[in-house]
Amino acid sequence: MEEMSAWRERLERTALAPVTRTSWAYYVWVAFLLTVIGWGIYAYYRQLQDGLIVTGMRDRISWGLYITTFVFFIGISHAGTLISAILRVSQARWRTPITRMAEFITLVSLVCGALFVIIDLGRPDRVLNVIRYGRWQSPIIWDVLAITTYITASTAYLFLPMIPDLALFRDRLAGRVSGWRMWLYRLLSVRWQGTRAQWHSMGAAITTAMILIIPIAVSVHTVVSWIFAMTLREPWNSTIFGAFFVAGAIFSGVATLIVVMAILRKVYHLEEYITEKHFVYLGYLLGAFSLIMVYGNVSEYLTTGYKMTEGTEFHFRQLFLGQFAGFYWFYLLGGLVLPGLLILLPWTRNIWGVVAASILVVAAMWVERYFIVVSGFRVPLMPYDPSTYAPTWVELSVMAAGFALFALLITLFVKIFPIIAIWEVAEDEESAEIQPAARRFAHGSAPEPAGGVGR
Amino acid sequence: MTEHNGHQQDSAPELPQRGHRMGRRGVLRLMGLGVLGIAPLPILSSLIKATLDGHLVRSDGEVARTPDGRIRQWTMIIDLRHCDGCQSVQKPPQCTAACIQGHFAPEPMEWIQVFEGDLPGGGTQFIPTPCQQCQNPPCVNVCPVAATFSTPEGTVLIDQDRCIGCRICMAACPYDRRFFNWGTPPVPPEALLASYSAEHQVPAKKGTVMKCDFCPDMMRADVLPYCVQGCPNNAIYYGDLEEDVASNGKEVVIASRFLSENQAYHLREDLKTKPRVYYIPGHGEAVGRDAFNKGRLPTQWPWMKLVNGARTWKR
Repeated sequence: MEEMSAWRERLERTALAPVTRTSWAYYVWVAFLLTVIGWGIYAYYRQLQDGLIVTGMRDRISWGLYITTFVFFIGISHAGTLISAILRVSQARWRTPITRMAEFITLVSLVCGALFVIIDLGRPDRVLNVIRYGRWQSPIIWDVLAITTYITASTAYLFLPMIPDLALFRDRLAGRVSGWRMWLYRLLSVRWQGTRAQWHSMGAAITTAMILIIPIAVSVHTVVSWIFAMTLREPWNSTIFGAFFVAGAIFSGVATLIVVMAILRKVYHLEEYITEKHFVYLGYLLGAFSLIMVYGNVSEYLTTGYKMTEGTEFHFRQLFLGQFAGFYWFYLLGGLVLPGLLILLPWTRNIWGVVAASILVVAAMWVERYFIVVSGFRVPLMPYDPSTYAPTWVELSVMAAGFALFALLITLFVKIFPIIAIWEVAEDEESAEIQPAARRFAHGSAPEPAGGVGR
Repeated sequence: MTEHNGHQQDSAPELPQRGHRMGRRGVLRLMGLGVLGIAPLPILSSLIKATLDGHLVRSDGEVARTPDGRIRQWTMIIDLRHCDGCQSVQKPPQCTAACIQGHFAPEPMEWIQVFEGDLPGGGTQFIPTPCQQCQNPPCVNVCPVAATFSTPEGTVLIDQDRCIGCRICMAACPYDRRFFNWGTPPVPPEALLASYSAEHQVPAKKGTVMKCDFCPDMMRADVLPYCVQGCPNNAIYYGDLEEDVASNGKEVVIASRFLSENQAYHLREDLKTKPRVYYIPGHGEAVGRDAFNKGRLPTQWPWMKLVNGARTWKR
């Protein structure tokens, strides 16, 4: 038991470290992010002044970078749900050290994504019309409902399992941090004392939330795809769009989680808790989803391409041969096939290989979102020359600010809230101590389960 | 959940026990369920309210009726046999020009636009294309705030005071007939005193969508729409399906008979948007156009030159 308590102490110290110590590099990083955001705010101010004329969007390609970024952010928000809820439901124990990060990503990317819809509006001053005059029949309202529900649910789902850790912060950090933080921890830990009744209630609440959040998450990305699929445009006229978007969302979400995990692990020295195993297991998920994505692409393009109606022919030419071809082949080969190979091949199945695959996937999925939006609009509806779209500095700046905001919110979250789910990790480790058989199963040592790595 | 039970006994000494038996197991459970349930509610309730309130905006004017009180059903019939893209008068298409001048449509908006489409057997035809005024309008279906709406007369209008500029209607329209005010639209001196109406769309408003409004206000004043008046070949008929009558300004026809006898069709009939704009097939042959004589003069926006500092954009 002595060894155990030393282990527990070290865990708490590691978890508390980001909150108690702040290096100069942290301030430099925050300052950099704030600069990017400031520049983006200036660009958006210009857009408010002059109108959307400062963007590259025009009547025939009337959505561009903003909607792409919106779809992308909503996509990566699926990181939290999948890792946390699905793995919790299936009681996969290796998830415990990474759930908190995944849930952070979910909430932060939802906030950033929702912001981009408002940025894209021609009349942001009238955004409340959506509530005043909202009508059920519009896919935009489905989006508003689904995303606000998802933000609420994922906030609850982030908060509930964090209560014991916040109570720990409240108790351990008393007198060591500033007043407003203590106030915050005291408020958010809702008088948690760790009584049996409290544990029981929390367990029940988490169970409810994790089951509820899965259908919510699936619905969110389905209805995001429906703002496209409910139109009469040929490239978007697809019944698998919803499912395809959900798969792509989880795919990019897992990849984003791996990248964020790798960075936080390095910066806050979480090597003991986030091990190669976590990267490889998540890598398997990534690999599985790359296969699903390949399958989705094949069924989408074969069913439309076989018949090759006029609009489809134009669409195929621009994607595979024409002006989008370079990036599109990068998406197909570099974003789906190569990451799959990096994970399948044993000599790249390590932290570096998985992180490299994830970076490729994140980039490729952004590219895919861009092409869904822009190339879909480019197919001519009437006898006119196909139009072109090139984002302007305003759009690029605002998008950069969006990504900076994403990074900043994660950075600040880490500074205030426990970065790993302390009690869940501890519980996992302790039950493994008590039950050696369970430990072997949980840590995947001697008898390898199929697909294990034995490291 | 079995691990939870095992854990509670182990971890009990870890955290200080105050020993008060809180009967508040419901508190946390409520948070799980309650927060999930409550937060979307404000939106839900207003959505319900909006649905019950009869949230559709109405056009400003009275509903147009026949003398015996039936609601008029506006229609447009475009006789392509008479459309030569204004090649014979050597001007830009005059329907477009009249419309632009009448509505002060900002450049590059052509609410009625003359496309030149290839004919399957070779040659081209000119296709004047206003908003098709669909009876199954994809744009109205997707609008989140009912800023674009169907009228009792069977037309589709836009309330630019309500439009939020999300542009999903532009994504939904299969005819490329919606235009966005990307910048601040110029306002001519004549329009400064005009009171805005969804039926006329003057003055134009930044960050909102515009399109052909089918000129119901003109018909109420017994004047044919600008495009009908502007056409030098009288190729455009405007009328009322309810009273079964249409006119190009020169002659009056029985609408149903005129449509059926001349094999009238709809643009993109396969989409089943059910437009109120009908086409009679042809390529300008009635006015002597050679189908292989391609091209028309580019559209101009002469009124824009009179407005100082008018900023335009490309389509």
